[in-house]
Amino acid sequence: MLRVAVEHHFGSFVLSAAFDSAGGLTALFGRSGAGKTSLINAIAGLLRPERGRILVDDEVLTDTERGIFVPARRRRIGYVFQEGRLFPHLSVHQNLLYGRWFAPPMDSKGGGRAGEVDQIVELLGIGALLHRRPAHLSGGEKQRVAIGRALLARPRLLVMDEPLASLDEARKTEILPYIERLRDEAGVPIVYVSHQVAEVARLATTMVVLSEGRVAAVGPTAAIMGRIDLFPLTGRAEAGALLATRVSGHDPVFGLTILRASAGELRVPHLDLPVGAALRVRIRARDVMIALQPPLGLSALNVLPGTVVEIGRAEGPIVEMRLDCRGEALIARLTRRSVETLGLAPGCPVYAVIKSIAFDHHAIAGAAPLSQGADAETRHG
Amino acid sequence: MTQLLSFTPEELTAIRLSLRVAFWAMLCSLPVGVAIALLLARGHFWGKSLLNAVVHLPLVMPPVVTGYLLLLMFGRRGPLGRLLAESLGIVFAFRWTGAALACAVMGFPLMVRSMRLSIEAVDRRLEDAARTLGANAFWVFATITLPLILPGIVAGMILSFARALGEFGATITFVSNIPGETQTLPTAIYTLIQVPGGDLAAFRLTLVSIAISLAALLASEVLIERATRRVHGL
Repeated sequence: MLRVAVEHHFGSFVLSAAFDSAGGLTALFGRSGAGKTSLINAIAGLLRPERGRILVDDEVLTDTERGIFVPARRRRIGYVFQEGRLFPHLSVHQNLLYGRWFAPPMDSKGGGRAGEVDQIVELLGIGALLHRRPAHLSGGEKQRVAIGRALLARPRLLVMDEPLASLDEARKTEILPYIERLRDEAGVPIVYVSHQVAEVARLATTMVVLSEGRVAAVGPTAAIMGRIDLFPLTGRAEAGALLATRVSGHDPVFGLTILRASAGELRVPHLDLPVGAALRVRIRARDVMIALQPPLGLSALNVLPGTVVEIGRAEGPIVEMRLDCRGEALIARLTRRSVETLGLAPGCPVYAVIKSIAFDHHAIAGAAPLSQGADAETRHG
Repeated sequence: MTQLLSFTPEELTAIRLSLRVAFWAMLCSLPVGVAIALLLARGHFWGKSLLNAVVHLPLVMPPVVTGYLLLLMFGRRGPLGRLLAESLGIVFAFRWTGAALACAVMGFPLMVRSMRLSIEAVDRRLEDAARTLGANAFWVFATITLPLILPGIVAGMILSFARALGEFGATITFVSNIPGETQTLPTAIYTLIQVPGGDLAAFRLTLVSIAISLAALLASEVLIERATRRVHGL
């Protein structure tokens, strides 16, 4: 449980943000300069806000009105920095153990001190690096060690400041599964700063949209991603809906995997996942076509029936609309001309058409297993 | 050649004394040097520029002036000299301790400068990282800051030591040139040049002086290199 309300001036920039989070992975999303890093610095105790109140698990960490400011070292909030910030003069092993030194002793059930290190080393796959110095690690390895170091201090909350920003695509896909395992297995709530829609779509349970120092929206990730009015902030090009799906079967003849969502069936290029595996799929608005009748003689494999719920404000020739497909939201981007030609309006029954090929590595890389299959996932992207 | 290497007892005393004076000058100014360097690199307080100027004064003032000021303050009748002699029994005037004090003061700006630069080069975000991991101010300094500034500290110590070996003006002004008590290498060489027939001895001590300085510089190279590699994890 995390409650944050902070106000702070940086010259002419005003950070004035408040949000609550129940746990899981909370993404702070926004452009650079939106105040994301300042906000987590305030949570971690590296920034003392002019006004504000921060609670973690019902413990007051900051309350300017009552003059409370718990120093960073007593907050037990693990911080994974954008650049890792490993201590260059210490080995990977010493870096990992640094926070444990100061951490409160563990209760008896946890399997002992040594067991905990082994467990986290194994979770992050850094066993082979223990005796190296940070200077000899790749960017991805550094970030994994940084995550391990933060975890071994036994934090009650983990904050991550764009931990993937300095990494290339290959390194990102290397680390994403570890963050998913953290979210699903370690049981430590995470606040994750990012300006990448794909990352947020894949990882976040709750999404906080920040804009110019203020919170523009808070809510479950799928709901926020589906809000047309937020597209100027979340980015039109990458805008799209999130569907929760399960693998319902494979089509070995054509090399396809069949995913089952409540909106209907989706056929996507083969995924190396077992039947029943849960998967989050992002369908970008620009990949969705609209038909008034069930299309015939069409190459696209995925047709989902639904109803137009909302038509967004036109921006130039482009319009976004939200569909309801058996209870799940889908976003489509069309030209204004098509909307007029088809006579689309809220309430219209329509068919959403998605090419299977649209599930390229961007959509699939944005597909997060909700509980399992993290290992299989690394082979994609 | 044998003549060149046959040191008289007086000369050996001067060499030993020089090393002792330089060593203690370096060692005693070390903690003060680290503290002042930290203050100048990190502190925000009124009079910081003034403190900086005072620390650097011995570098730009004529050494005779520094020596004379030390004599006024730490001499037998100087206010600080009398206080120290009466309360702690420490006497500087015309003792080797006075030579060490003069050398420490003269080497202090070099020591502080080198340490300050290395402190300013420390990435303070690493210290933030240590704080989020639970370290208090003392542990942050002991486990992060100190190891990271070690090359600068070593360099500062060597510079102070080397400066002390070469100190002449302030020493001779403050504690004179007493063989066996305050006569260091430079003052011994100076004395030998003044007396007829002292040329060969002066040359001998000059060679010793060059050898010690060279050794100190080479040692510093190695130490700094090693400390730097350690810090950057290479």
